[in-house]
Amino acid sequence: MVKIPACSKTMRQNIDKLPRTYLDNLLSKPGPASDPDWVPGPETISALESSKVLGAGGLGCEILKNLALSGFKDIHVIDMDTIDVSNLNRQFLFREADVGKSKAEVAAAFVEKRVKGVKITPYNGKIQDKDEDYYMQFKMVICGLDSIEARRWINATLVDMVDMEDPESLKPLIDGGTEGFKGQARVILPTMNSCIECQLDMHAPRAAVPLCTLATIPRQPSHCIEWAHIIAWEEHRKDEVLDTDDPEHITWLYQKALARAQDFNIPGVTYSLTQGVVKNIIPAIASTNAIIAAACCNEAFKIATSCNPFLQNYMMYSGDEGVYTYTFDTERKEDCPVCGNLARNLTVNPNMTLQDLIDSLGERAEAQLKKPTLRSEERSLYSQFPQSLREQTAPNLSKKLSELVVDGEEIGVSDPAFTIAFKYKLIFVS
Amino acid sequence: MAERATTPPILQGPTAKEKKYDRQLRLWAASGQAALETAKVLLLNSGPGVVGVETLKNLILPGVGSFTIVDEANVSELDLGVNFFLEESSLGRWRAEETRRFLQELNPEVRINALEGSIDAFADHPRRLEQYSLILLVGPTRNARVLDRICQHADKSSIPLFYIHCQGFFSHFSVQLPAQFPIVDTHPDPASTQDLRLLNPWPELLEFLEKKTGNLGLLSDHDHGHVPYLLILLHFLNVWNASHDSQFPANYSEKKEFKALVESGARRNNSEGGEENFDEAAAAVLKSLNPHSISSGLREVFEADACQNLRPTSANFWIIANAIQKFQTSHNGILPLPGALPDMKAQSSDYIQLQNIYKAKARSDLAEVTRTIRSSEQELSRRLSIEQAEIEAFCKGAQFIKVIHGRPIRVAKCTAEIDWSDRAKALSQELQNPDSLLPIYFAFLALDRYQDDIDRIRTLRQPANDQQFNDILTGRVVSGAVPPLPTFAESAHFSTPAVDPEHDPKPWPRFDTPEARTAFDDVVKELDRADWGELHNIAALTGGMVAQEVIKVITKQYVPVDNSCVFDGIASKTAVFKV
Repeated sequence: MVKIPACSKTMRQNIDKLPRTYLDNLLSKPGPASDPDWVPGPETISALESSKVLGAGGLGCEILKNLALSGFKDIHVIDMDTIDVSNLNRQFLFREADVGKSKAEVAAAFVEKRVKGVKITPYNGKIQDKDEDYYMQFKMVICGLDSIEARRWINATLVDMVDMEDPESLKPLIDGGTEGFKGQARVILPTMNSCIECQLDMHAPRAAVPLCTLATIPRQPSHCIEWAHIIAWEEHRKDEVLDTDDPEHITWLYQKALARAQDFNIPGVTYSLTQGVVKNIIPAIASTNAIIAAACCNEAFKIATSCNPFLQNYMMYSGDEGVYTYTFDTERKEDCPVCGNLARNLTVNPNMTLQDLIDSLGERAEAQLKKPTLRSEERSLYSQFPQSLREQTAPNLSKKLSELVVDGEEIGVSDPAFTIAFKYKLIFVS
Repeated sequence: MAERATTPPILQGPTAKEKKYDRQLRLWAASGQAALETAKVLLLNSGPGVVGVETLKNLILPGVGSFTIVDEANVSELDLGVNFFLEESSLGRWRAEETRRFLQELNPEVRINALEGSIDAFADHPRRLEQYSLILLVGPTRNARVLDRICQHADKSSIPLFYIHCQGFFSHFSVQLPAQFPIVDTHPDPASTQDLRLLNPWPELLEFLEKKTGNLGLLSDHDHGHVPYLLILLHFLNVWNASHDSQFPANYSEKKEFKALVESGARRNNSEGGEENFDEAAAAVLKSLNPHSISSGLREVFEADACQNLRPTSANFWIIANAIQKFQTSHNGILPLPGALPDMKAQSSDYIQLQNIYKAKARSDLAEVTRTIRSSEQELSRRLSIEQAEIEAFCKGAQFIKVIHGRPIRVAKCTAEIDWSDRAKALSQELQNPDSLLPIYFAFLALDRYQDDIDRIRTLRQPANDQQFNDILTGRVVSGAVPPLPTFAESAHFSTPAVDPEHDPKPWPRFDTPEARTAFDDVVKELDRADWGELHNIAALTGGMVAQEVIKVITKQYVPVDNSCVFDGIASKTAVFKV
């Protein structure tokens, strides 16, 4: 048998030479897929360590752990929720005793204590509480939000923040979501590739049951529950705000739904189903959260270090039948109301006339509009047709811009010759 | 005090456990949860081992019953940078116990213990494996003999085994299931499971049809607009048959013609210009008028020897399969009715009556199957009778049943070549595809063989000095003993199975195209870049995938991977191969 020698001098030297982490080790060598111009070593490692990132949403526990163990040192987390007992089957930083406390605060404290040298700053509130200045401080945003509204909000905010002159204003958004054994991860480079709004139709909501079915011809247990939720509550307790986390409220709805189901001989109304329908519960498990959060953080790591190419731009995962992923590049939508047409800053002299502006638009490379129609946020500035409107707006042509719009106002410019519309933000410089 | 409505709590509200596990019970129900809670998982951890610990995390949280961790390593500085279930004070201590301590905090209801001893001990005394219901083996193990013995014994004892690799941006796992692994509750997409039997109606359904559509033309507008669509289809099938020699619409153009016939029945002199129930009927024509057929998966079950020849020791699955086969033989190839009805525009009472007609038929079919089973049980002198719920589940899911044929895990050794047997051709063909991820699987095999080589050198010769010993110990390249991994992989002709062994004398033939060769070399280089290290994200992601598969195997719900899966963290893609 080989005996392990006591830690001799040579061995100690060897151990000292070992890399501090596997991460540093990997970041010190190029790989076959890394960019030929990529510089491995301390420069990359310190770029990673100094990247301030933001995590948010139901995948928060996994995201914080993964970011902390991926070399990020300055991590912020936003979550408005408090810990519920039904989170404990997957949100692994929370314990029975934490129920009722702020998710952001408990998670941040836990990871900060466990992983040395990582600073985690929690904010217990909504992502919508924060403004552009706040989001501007981060290198990127990683979120696993559970509502489509929140996703659209953060997406629109990050797209809006992009200033073409300032590359630092482009904040990659890495988004993940799960349902049962399925999930998706995507990388959004605001204004550079397809955004969440462009992909909205890929996540169509379930069709709602018509109100008349609920009111007159229920057939399914869910119809009876929706009836209790939408109609009966309004009829009997309209002065109270329905709190779907209040067991008394759910019990009341359950009993109303059950009584209605019995009237119609409909089987299958249970307390659990009532909860599921009223709260729109989506099944969620630890393993799927782990897959999707790690897929997102892996992209964050690649973006922060450039050690390998990152996802272009959507990965769909399904574990229902075997393991199946579909990785593809979703297309940007020209008519996307968020990223399809970004307002460009246009520096103008407030004393120039509207006609001067129109002439200059014809010359601008990105516009090249010969006969544009212009609208301010308030009103039509100049319209080519119908004729009545043209005549009505023609007097504006000789007016100074300062008489028509205010500094920083956005104008919409369209031309029937093109299907696209431009947005310009007029910046006054005398 | 403000008045507040108080509803007395219901007698049987959710239990504490149901509340905690609510989000997962909606996926695998109480039956799946019970299976998880009685499972005993053995983790044989090696290498950095993060993927093993992350897998456990995802199984401890949903409440898998018990865990045993075998891990010989002591916690190093490297571990602290990549493993979340360790802390600074763990440094230098036994890794199995340290991870056990932190994992236990996740769920007080599960039992976790750290077992002293080495993985080798299980290879030497494989019967010790038999107390576990599932084995997770994290590679690379030190040598091929250990892997070989453990896999073989798990196979012999029908214990599902997962062999897992994770290094740098890549990972791989293979699942070794018993030779016959049937799954009844595959959770197919509800949209694909409708079985209305419109071409094979039974008397009670026809009686109801006559009652509701006998005077279709005379119905009030309200009633006409509420005839359930499946009755509309049945009614117009009768109309069609009268003029088509009793031949149902069979091909696409006939179905289109039939659809037009259905649409012509709608009343359009109303504000909507049509009727919703007729729209539903027209939309259902293409998918609802297919002749009854038996899925290939179920046919395979029926044809299996285990189904044809029951034995006293046959699994319940085969006894039920045998009874269902007899049922369909005596009913002109028609299976027992599953009995579920989709929602459709209808008066409440009509819908409920229709639902009851389907349920009653399903119950009577189930009763017939159960009678066959009881007589089989008697013939075979089985003491325990199969529970009704199990038979019912089979009848409901029969068309979507899957049987996975487990195959032994392929072990790469430095002393012998892998026999790819019947998979050689398919795998070689797969490698012709330049985008294939199969090279990742082969690169991990190369890594295993490399490890086996290192181990052989370690046992053959005493290390010359501390440095060489340390290098061997940390799995690093030993100067003069083993070449670096890429050179090793190159020189070992580590590549694909032979397309045609007779015409190619090399047992490990090369990749046939330069692209495939480059793909393999690139994977090896990227693996080598990680220098035996794990990236936390890749370990966490792979731990999530393995945990999903373990849950599917333990609950026998959904469909597990058959049988090897790789993940490419650069492209963010997975692929599954049968090897």
